Amino acid sequence: MIRFQGVERRFGEVTALAGLDLEIDTGELIALLGPSGCGKTTALRILGGFDRPDAGRVLVGDKDVTNMPPNKRDMGMVFQAYSLFPNMDVRSNVAFGLRMRRQDKEKRLKRADELLELVGLTQTADRYPHQLSGGQQQRVAIARALAIEPTVLLLDEPLSALDARVRTQLRAEIRHLQQRLGITTLFVTHDQSEALSIADRVGVMQSGRLEQLDTPENVYRRPATQFVAEFVGAMNRLPGRIGDNGQVQVLGQRLSVLNPDGYTSGAAVHALLRPEVFAVVPDSAGPGEVTDRSFLGSTVRLEVTLDGGQKVLVESPSHDAGIAPGDRIALRILADSVIVAESHPEVAVRA
Amino acid sequence: MAGFGGWGGIVPFAAYVALFLGLPLYVVVHGALTTDSNHFTFSNFSTTFSYPSYRQAFENSLILSLWTSLLGAVFGIWLAAAVVTAKPGGMLHRIVQSSSGVLAYFAGVPLAFAFIAALGEVGVATLLLRHIGINLYTDGFTLSSMLGVGLCYVYFQIPLMVILITPALEGLRPEWQEAAQGLGASKLGYLRHVAVPVLLPSVVGSTLILFGNAFSAYATALALVGSTLDIVPAQIDSAINGNVEVGADRLGLALGVEMILVILVVMVGYWLVQRRARRWLQ
Amino acid sequence: MSFTGMGGFRAEELVGQELAGGPLPTAGVRARRRGRPRVWRVTIFVLAAIFFVGPLLAAFKFSLLQDNGHYGFANYGQILSNSAVRSSLTTSLEIAVITAAIVVILMLPTIVWVRLRQPKLTPVMELVTLLPIVIPPVVMAAGLEVLQEDAPQWMIKLVFNHPLTALTPFYAVLAMPFSYRAIDTGIRAIDLRTLVDASRNLGASWSSTLLRVILPNVQTAVLGAMFLTVALCLGEVVIASLLLYNTFPVEMVALRLQSHVGVSVALSMITLLFTFLLLFLLSFLAQRRHGAASVRVL
Repeated sequence: MIRFQGVERRFGEVTALAGLDLEIDTGELIALLGPSGCGKTTALRILGGFDRPDAGRVLVGDKDVTNMPPNKRDMGMVFQAYSLFPNMDVRSNVAFGLRMRRQDKEKRLKRADELLELVGLTQTADRYPHQLSGGQQQRVAIARALAIEPTVLLLDEPLSALDARVRTQLRAEIRHLQQRLGITTLFVTHDQSEALSIADRVGVMQSGRLEQLDTPENVYRRPATQFVAEFVGAMNRLPGRIGDNGQVQVLGQRLSVLNPDGYTSGAAVHALLRPEVFAVVPDSAGPGEVTDRSFLGSTVRLEVTLDGGQKVLVESPSHDAGIAPGDRIALRILADSVIVAESHPEVAVRA
Repeated sequence: MAGFGGWGGIVPFAAYVALFLGLPLYVVVHGALTTDSNHFTFSNFSTTFSYPSYRQAFENSLILSLWTSLLGAVFGIWLAAAVVTAKPGGMLHRIVQSSSGVLAYFAGVPLAFAFIAALGEVGVATLLLRHIGINLYTDGFTLSSMLGVGLCYVYFQIPLMVILITPALEGLRPEWQEAAQGLGASKLGYLRHVAVPVLLPSVVGSTLILFGNAFSAYATALALVGSTLDIVPAQIDSAINGNVEVGADRLGLALGVEMILVILVVMVGYWLVQRRARRWLQ
Repeated sequence: MSFTGMGGFRAEELVGQELAGGPLPTAGVRARRRGRPRVWRVTIFVLAAIFFVGPLLAAFKFSLLQDNGHYGFANYGQILSNSAVRSSLTTSLEIAVITAAIVVILMLPTIVWVRLRQPKLTPVMELVTLLPIVIPPVVMAAGLEVLQEDAPQWMIKLVFNHPLTALTPFYAVLAMPFSYRAIDTGIRAIDLRTLVDASRNLGASWSSTLLRVILPNVQTAVLGAMFLTVALCLGEVVIASLLLYNTFPVEMVALRLQSHVGVSVALSMITLLFTFLLLFLLSFLAQRRHGAASVRVL
C-alpha cells in the first residue's frame, strides 16, 4: 500500500501539488489524469524519488520513503521516451537493474531473456535501442523496469509519444501484464480514454489538487466536480430550474439531482448531460434542428440547435441515426438523474 | 544558370576549386615527388625521415599537438560540463558560451601578443609572479619554447573543445540518469555505465579535431617566434624561403605532403568515431 | 584557422541562441538543482576566468604603453596616423571584402543549383569543401610559393604582383568549409523548390529569382558566411607572410619585431574587438530575423 500524506510541492511561484492525499492498494493500477501542469507527473516523480516534497510524507507499506534516494527505492519507472541506454544492447538494458543488484552475469541475462519473452521482443535482444521502433523501445523499457521485480511500477505517460495504433495495443498489453503480475502501479496520462480503459481507479487532478478518485465508471457517470465533468468526456450544459424535492426541470423533463446541496428551489442552474444520454427523434414539429453531423465510424456526432439558440452535442451509435443536417428533431434525455452546476453565461457545450 | 545540359551549373565551382585548390595542391604533391630534373622519386620523403632535424621537428609537432589537445580536452570537458549543469539561461552560462565563440577565433596574432603581454619577459603575469618569488625566466622558462607556444595553443584549444563537446553533453538525456538511478545505480554508477561510454566517441572525436588543429597551426607560433621553433610548419617555412640549402624547397614540399597525410588520418578517424556518436546521441 | 572555422561557426550558432535569450537545445537540464554551487564547478570557472581573462587584461595594459614610456591611447591612434599601418589595413580590408564577395557569388548559386538540379552531388560538395581543412595553410603557402617562382611572366604580372589578386582567390578557398556549411544550412531551412517555382511561374528570370527571392530569405546565413570570411582574412598571417605580402596581420608582427610592442598589441586588440563585434552583430541580426535561434551552421 502506497500512501501520499499531505504532499506539497512548489516551484517558485507555482504550486505543483497542494496537499496531496492518496492511497494506492497493493496490486491496484491507479491512473492520474489531468491537463499539463496539474501535478500528476510531480506526484509520480516524488513517489519515484526524483523529487522531494516541500511538506508531507510518502509511505510504502510502513516505511517512510520521503527522503530516500531513488536508487534505494524498489520501484520500476517507465518514462515517456528515450530512456533506454544507447550504449547497451536490449538484453543488457533489461539486465541493468539486476547488474546493479550484483546478480551474476548468467542469471541476469537469463532473466532478461525471460522478460523479453514476456513482452514479445525476444528477437530484438541483440539489437541496440536506435534500431527499434518507438513501440518496441517502450516494451523494452517496461521489461527493464519489471526485471528487478519492483514493489511499485511507475509509468510517466509511457504511450504519449507513440502512434495511435501502437498506443491502444500497448496499453492493453500493459494492463494485462500488470494484472498478471499483480504489481502496484501508478500510471500518469493526459489521455482520458487511456486512463478510463486500464485503471482500477482514476484520480483526476487539477492545479495540484486531486478532484476525484474513483472507478472509471463513477468518474465518468458521477463526476464529483464541474472540472471532472468537463475534463473527462464531452459535456453539455443545459439550462434548467430546480424544482421541489431535489429535482430539476430541463428540456421539459424532470430529473433527480445527484448533488442537490446548496441549490434552492426555483434556482436557475445548468444541468450537465453527456452526449450519449440523448435520443434524437425526427419530428417535423420538434423544438430543434440538426445543424451539423460528423460521422465518426462507430458513432455519429450531431450538433442540435434548439429554438432559442441553445446548442446540444449528441452522440449516437451510427447504425441508428439516419438523420441529416436540416432535419427537425425532438430530443429526449435517457438518464433519470443529473449533476447540476452554477449557471454561467458561457458556451453551452464543453467538449 | 540553368541549362547547359544538366551539369553546367557545377562548372564555375568546379573550375574554381580545380584552379585555386587543385593547382597549389598539385604543385605541392608534384614537387614532393620529383627531383629538380623532373624525374619521379621518393627521395624527398626518405630524406625527411633521415635528416635528424626534420625527424625531430616532426616529433616535436606530434608531441606538441598531443599534449595541447589532451590538456584542451580535459579542461574543455570540465568547463563544458560545468556550464551545461549550471542554471540554463544564467549569467555564467551566457558568458562562457559567447566567449567560447570569440576565443576560438583568437588564435594567431592577437593571441600571441596577448601572451607576450602576459607571460613575456616583462609580461604582467611574469612580473606578478616575480613579486611572490617565482622567477619564470631565470628558471628557464621562455615563451619562445615549446612549452610557451603550447600554452598559447591551449588557450584556443579549450574553447574549441567546449564548443565541440557541448552538444554531446547536452545530448545526455536526464531520463538516462533517472532510469539508471531508478534501477539502483548511484550517481557514479550512472556515470560509469552510461554517461562515460555514451560520451566517449564524441570525446575521442573532438580530441582528434583538437589534435589536427594544433598540428596544422602555425600562425600563433609565427607571431610568437617566427620560424625558429622546431616544428614542421617552421621547417617548411625555412625550406621554402631559401634559408637552408638549395633544393630544400622540395624537402619542404615533402614535409607538406606528410602533414596532409597526418591530417587526413585524423579526419578519417574523426569521421569513423562520429558515426557512432551520432547514432547514440540523436 | 580552418579547424577553428569548423568550431567557429558552431560557436556562432551557440552565441546566437544565447543572445536570442532562449535556452540552448537542452533536452538535458531539468529544472531541479536547488542552486548549491558545487566545488568542481566553481573551481573550473575561477581557473578559466584567470586563464582566459588574464592575457586579455595584460594585453590591454601593454597596448597603453606608448613608445615614450608613458601610458595613453596613442598606440590606438596609430591606426590612423601611421601610414604603413593604414595602408596594410586598407589592403586587408579590401581583400576581406572581395573574398567575402567571391565566396558568396561562388557558393550561393552553386548550392542552389545542386539542390535543385543534381541533389546527388551533395555528398561530393560536402567532401570537396572539407578539403581545405586537410591542407594546412603553411602547406598551401609552400605550394603557392613554388608556383610563384616557376610562374610565367604574365601570371606573375596578373596575379602575384599585388596581394589583392594573389591572396584573395586562395583565401576564398580557405573560407569554403564554413561558408559552404553556413549557406547550405540557410538554404535547407527554406523551401527552395517552392520559392523558385513560384518565382519562375510569375515570370522572373534566374538572376532575378536568385537576387530578389532566394537571397533575402537566406540573408542571415549569407551574412554569417561573409562575416566569418572577413574574420578569416583579417587574421590570416601564415600565407601572407610566407609570400611576403604586407597585410594588416603581417604588419602587426613586423611592428613587434621592430620593438613597437605597444602598437602591435593595440592593433591586435582592435582586431579582436572588431571580430567580436562582427559575431555579435550577426547574432543580433539573426535574432531579429528569426525571433529565435540564429543560423544553424553545423
